[in-house]
Amino acid sequence: MTAVETEKAPRNAVFAGIDTFVNRHASVLPTVAAAVILSVLLVGANIRFDGRFLTPGNISALLLNNAFLMVLAVGMTFVIVTAGIDLSVGSVMGFTGILGASMLSGGVPAIVVIPTMLVAGALIGLLIGVLVQYFNVQPFIASLAGLFLGRGLAYVVSLNSIRVEDPVVLWLQTTRFRLGDWYITPTGIIALVVVAIGALVMQYTRFGRTVYAVGGSESSAELMGLKVARTKVMVYVISGLCGGLAGLLLTAFSGAGYPRYGIGTELDVIATVVIGGTLLAGGRGYVLGSMIGVFVFATITTIISFMGAEQSWTHIIVGGLLLLFIVVQRAIVARTSRTG
Amino acid sequence: MTAIIKHRLFWPASALVVLITVNMLANASFARITVRDGHLYGALIDILRQSAPLMLVALGMTLVIATRGIDLSVGAIMAVSGAVALTIIDGSEDPGGFGTIMIAILVALLVSLVLGAWNGFLVSVLGIQPIIATLVLMLAGRGTALLITSGEITTVVSAPFKQIASGYLVILPVAFFIWVAAVVVVGVVERRTALGMLTEAVGINPEASRLAGVRSRGIIWTAYIASGVLAGVAGIIYSSNTMAADANSAGYLIELYAILAVVLGGTSLMGGKFSIAGTVIGVLIVQTLESTILFLGVAPAKSPVFFALVVIFVVLVQSPRVHRWGRSVFGSSRTSSAPDEDAEKKEVAA
Repeated sequence: MTAVETEKAPRNAVFAGIDTFVNRHASVLPTVAAAVILSVLLVGANIRFDGRFLTPGNISALLLNNAFLMVLAVGMTFVIVTAGIDLSVGSVMGFTGILGASMLSGGVPAIVVIPTMLVAGALIGLLIGVLVQYFNVQPFIASLAGLFLGRGLAYVVSLNSIRVEDPVVLWLQTTRFRLGDWYITPTGIIALVVVAIGALVMQYTRFGRTVYAVGGSESSAELMGLKVARTKVMVYVISGLCGGLAGLLLTAFSGAGYPRYGIGTELDVIATVVIGGTLLAGGRGYVLGSMIGVFVFATITTIISFMGAEQSWTHIIVGGLLLLFIVVQRAIVARTSRTG
Repeated sequence: MTAIIKHRLFWPASALVVLITVNMLANASFARITVRDGHLYGALIDILRQSAPLMLVALGMTLVIATRGIDLSVGAIMAVSGAVALTIIDGSEDPGGFGTIMIAILVALLVSLVLGAWNGFLVSVLGIQPIIATLVLMLAGRGTALLITSGEITTVVSAPFKQIASGYLVILPVAFFIWVAAVVVVGVVERRTALGMLTEAVGINPEASRLAGVRSRGIIWTAYIASGVLAGVAGIIYSSNTMAADANSAGYLIELYAILAVVLGGTSLMGGKFSIAGTVIGVLIVQTLESTILFLGVAPAKSPVFFALVVIFVVLVQSPRVHRWGRSVFGSSRTSSAPDEDAEKKEVAA
C-alpha cells in the first residue's frame, strides 16, 4: 500500500508539471502536435520506403510542388485568426492565373502582368472585406460571392488552357539554386519569404496584434480603441493578395493558365491551416503552424504517390487528420476556458 | 396591399415572377408547353424536373440552417450515394430488375443516413462548429466516392433506373413528384407537429431552449440526418439523370447553391425562423436563373459571375446599412408615415 503511495507522489509532480505547461502554452500545443505528426510521417515514410523518402531531392520537391498552397495558407491564417473564413482563395488563384497567362500571351510584359495579377486578387479580397465589415455579411456568404465571381471571371477570360512562354515567369520555376543535392526554386523562395513576412507581421506589428485581438473578442478590441474595421477589411485584402501571388506561382509551376485550376483548393487550404493549429473560432494561430500544416498535407500526398495508391486517399486521410485536430483543439479550448 | 408587401415571401416570389416574365419577353417559346404522348414538355417543365436535386438538398439545408448550423457535405454525400447505387446496379446480374434497383436505392439511402448521422454526431454531441464538422466529410466523402468507383466513371444501362430522373408519371416528370413529396413530408412533419417550432427555438437561442427543456441534441441530430438522407435521394436522381457515377462532378458546388437558395427564400443564416415555401421559391429562382443564363446564350461555365452578382445584390438588400441609406434618401419625401415605421423597425432591431 505504502509503496504505491510513495510511487504516486513523483508521478503527480510530473503530471502537475505537464499540466502547468499545457495551461501556459495551450495555444502553441496544436501547432506542436502538428510538428510531431509531421516528423512521425516523415520518419515513418523513410522507414517504410527503406530510406528512399528522406532524400534531399524529395524534401526539396515538397516545397516546390506546394509553394502556391503555402502562400494561400498564410493569407488564410490571417482571415481565420480574426474568426472569419475565405472560401474564395481557390477561384481567385484560378482567375489571376488565367488572367496573367492571357495577358502574357497577348504580349504584355511580365513587369505589368505580375502587379496586375496581385491587384486583381487584392480587389476581390477588398470586395469581400467591405461586404463583411460594412454590410454585416457573414464571411462565409461574402467569400462565397468571391468564389463565384473569381471562377466566373476565370471562364470569362478564357474557356481553354493558355500556355505561358514568358521567360520571366518560367524562370521562377525552372531556375534551381543548388546546395549539394538540395535545391530551391524562386517560387519556393517566394513562398518562404511570404511565410516569414506573415509570421513577423502577425507577431511583432501593431496590425498583427490587432488581428489576434479582433479574433479573441471583437467588441473588446473595439472598446480598447483598436482599428477593428480597417483590420477586418485588411485581412481579406491580404488573403486576396496571397491568392493573386499563388496564381502567379501556380502559372509558373504548371507553365499554363487554366480556368479550372484551384477548384476545391480553398478546402485544402482551410484544412492545412486548421491542422497547423489555428483555431477556427479565431484568436489563436500561427503562420508557421500553417506552414507545418502545408508540409503535412504535402507529405501525405507524396507518401500516397510513393505507395502507388489512389490519390483519392489524400483527401480521406486529410479529412481524418482534420477531424483529429478539431477534437484535440476542442479539448484544449474546453480545458483553458475551465481553468482560466 | 401592405399586408401582401410585408409578407416575407413577397420579395422572393416577385423575383421569381420577374425572372420568368423577362424570359417570356426575351423568347416567347420559353412559356410554351406542349403535350406529346400525354406528357408535358417545355422550358418550364424542364425547370421543374431539373430542380429536383437542388430542391432536395436545399430542403435538408433549410432544417440544418434553422438550427444555426450548415451542412457543407451534401455534395459529397450525393456523390457517395450515386456511386453506391450505380456500383450495386453495375455489379448485379440483372441491372434492369426491380429488386436490384430497390436494393441499390435502399443501400445508397442507408449510407447517406449514416453519413448524415455522423455529421449530426460531430455537431450535437461533440459540439464542433458545423462548418468544420461537415468540412471533414466534404473532403473525405468525395475521396470515398472515388474509391467506391475505383476512380472511374461507372456507367450502367438500366432502363427502369433511368426513369427516376427522366421518366413521367401521368403527365409530369417523376423527379418533380419526388421533390413535391419530399416538400410535403418535411412540411407536414415540421409544421403539423411541434418539431418545427422546437427547431426554431434551438436556432434562436440554444441555451434558452435547453433551459426550457427542449432536447436540442436530438433535434440538431435529426436535422443533419434529414439533410444526409435528402442529399442521398438527390444523388440517386442525379446519377439516374446521367446514368454515370462521376465522383468528381456529382453534386459539385451544390452545397453553395443550396445555401444561396435557402437565403434567397428568406431563411436567415443566423438560424431560427425558417420557411419551407421560401426555400422552394429560392430553388426555383436559382434554377430559372440558370436556365435564363443558358437561354441568353452565355456559356454555362460563365454563369458563376451572374450568381456572384445575385449573391452580392441579395446580401446588400438585406444589410442594415443599405436600409439606413434607403431611409435617408426616401425618408424626406414621406415624412408623414416614416416616423412610426422607423420606430417599429428600431424596436425589432433592439
